[in-house]
Amino acid sequence: MGVTTATDDGAASAALEEFLNRPPSVGQRVHSVLHAQPALSPAIVLVLACVGFSLTSSHFYQLQNLSLVAQQVAVVGTLAAGQTLIILTAGIDLSIGAIMVLSSLVMATLSYQQHVPGGLALLIGVAIAIAAQAVNGFLVTQIRLPPFIVTLGTLSVFTAITLIYAKGQTIQLAPGAFLLWTGEVFSIGSLHLSYGVVLMLAVYAVFTYALRFTAWGRHLYATGDAAEAARLTGIPVKRVLLSAYLVAGIAVAVAAWVLVGRVGGGDPNSGLNANLESITAVVIGGTSLFGGRGVVLGSLIGALIVQVFDNGLALAGLDPNYQVLAVGVLVIAAVSVDQWIRRVQA
Amino acid sequence: MNSAGMTTPVLEAHGLVKVFGRVIALDSVDLELYPGEILAVIGDNGAGKSTLIKCLSGVLVPDRGQILVNGKEARFRSPQDARAVGIETVHQVLAVAPALDIASNLFLGREIRRKGPLGSVLRMLDTREMRRQSSEQIRKLGIGTLQNIGQAVETLSGGQRQAVAVARASAFGSHVVILDEPTAALGVRETQQVLKLIRDLRATGKAVILISHDMPNVFEVADRVHVQRLGARAAVISPKTHTMEDAVAIMTGAKRVLPG
Repeated sequence: MGVTTATDDGAASAALEEFLNRPPSVGQRVHSVLHAQPALSPAIVLVLACVGFSLTSSHFYQLQNLSLVAQQVAVVGTLAAGQTLIILTAGIDLSIGAIMVLSSLVMATLSYQQHVPGGLALLIGVAIAIAAQAVNGFLVTQIRLPPFIVTLGTLSVFTAITLIYAKGQTIQLAPGAFLLWTGEVFSIGSLHLSYGVVLMLAVYAVFTYALRFTAWGRHLYATGDAAEAARLTGIPVKRVLLSAYLVAGIAVAVAAWVLVGRVGGGDPNSGLNANLESITAVVIGGTSLFGGRGVVLGSLIGALIVQVFDNGLALAGLDPNYQVLAVGVLVIAAVSVDQWIRRVQA
Repeated sequence: MNSAGMTTPVLEAHGLVKVFGRVIALDSVDLELYPGEILAVIGDNGAGKSTLIKCLSGVLVPDRGQILVNGKEARFRSPQDARAVGIETVHQVLAVAPALDIASNLFLGREIRRKGPLGSVLRMLDTREMRRQSSEQIRKLGIGTLQNIGQAVETLSGGQRQAVAVARASAFGSHVVILDEPTAALGVRETQQVLKLIRDLRATGKAVILISHDMPNVFEVADRVHVQRLGARAAVISPKTHTMEDAVAIMTGAKRVLPG
């Protein structure tokens, strides 16, 4: 036998033909489904976790408890939506939580100390979050620094500005203040949701639409997936990248408002772990750290998984440190699954 | 076939100069491309082939010199400018986004929006229309193996991916298609498929510039061969009157041919 391959001369033996046309194995089928639906595996984990905790505690699945989970997830969930945009461009934002705290503190301080009307204080807080993200975006696109380094630096910068600005004080807004609206709870039967939860869902709806149904979304995916290819296609890669940071800034601002509602004002020490928690949610939610793959809804599922573990383990009377352990395992599992999914044979 | 002086070239370059620091990439290059022909551009590494093509496709702006499209001067400041006058390029680096599907890739950078307020206000894409046009384009090119237009490009073979890139370049009313080393990463069979695609492009009346290292391929499909050497055009030869040995000799400077 010569060294000819069957595909080149078109005369494959029957045995080879049969091998090449064999039905896909179970593994291959699972692979192609997960490849097409990156949020499916986190969704399965969430459902399994909910079923598991319902079995260990009869309190878990009660609407009152689930309402609590939803209210607790609102801040990190909203933040994770913004983080998703940046991770989709193959970047990462370590400063996102620090910007949120700064923005929330400015809102609360302006309203409480300077007696600025709530709406205006909110707008100034939004402007600060977007401006801070513009700094990140400028350094990444114009000075061409790696996002990890840029946001590692701005993490310190914005944290420091927050602490200097707050002078170590915590601000408690008077009940009924406009800025506390996000913390107000309304009830549908025994489901008690805060307006912050509604805002979070709105952010997810808008981002999902923009990523899925607009050219901007396609360009964002293409930029994160293959920046050079996108540039050659004529996509203004730098502008798309910058826009990802700016739009993420809007999510950060909304998260800041939700945070004000949750802590009842401004607290420079709140949301300390929000940077990493938002990244955790995005990664567990099936978005690839290498960019270009994932859906924003996955990050909400990821944030919910973390919260459900927190809540479920507490109800089961287990040491809360098990939640930290479980989240760590999930992060590694999620990245492993991503590595597997990204490996495609033609 | 077209000969110089009889028809207006669809794409023409005069005295293009491009310098990167101390490196002279293009030293006053001329080029003419006539309607309905395949012009191959060959040359050793560093002869300026890629720089020439990047100038013609708007990726680079030449320091000196003129580019004319259908006899009229054109200034390209971006790939969009070149595309606007009907010049499409398939770059050596496969310019496809692997995670996006075939239709999304074909329409990348020129997506179609829905009609009415959904498109103008909400900027919603018309995915169905883009998929329909993509299927039509794929069928026109005779790439039957691409069945599912919603398939991610990374699940395709190298030849199929190249076919997607060629399909994108030949769609949308382009009349010049520039292909930079389209077969460099392909096997024998896939190379033949791409060469067939190139001939099909010519058959539809498009002018094609083919940059290639592969002499047998060049001599198989090209009508004329532009030989690039040391940043300038050394000669334009015809596969009918010259052999591959001649081409290599001109490329390396062993043989000189007077232009004309």
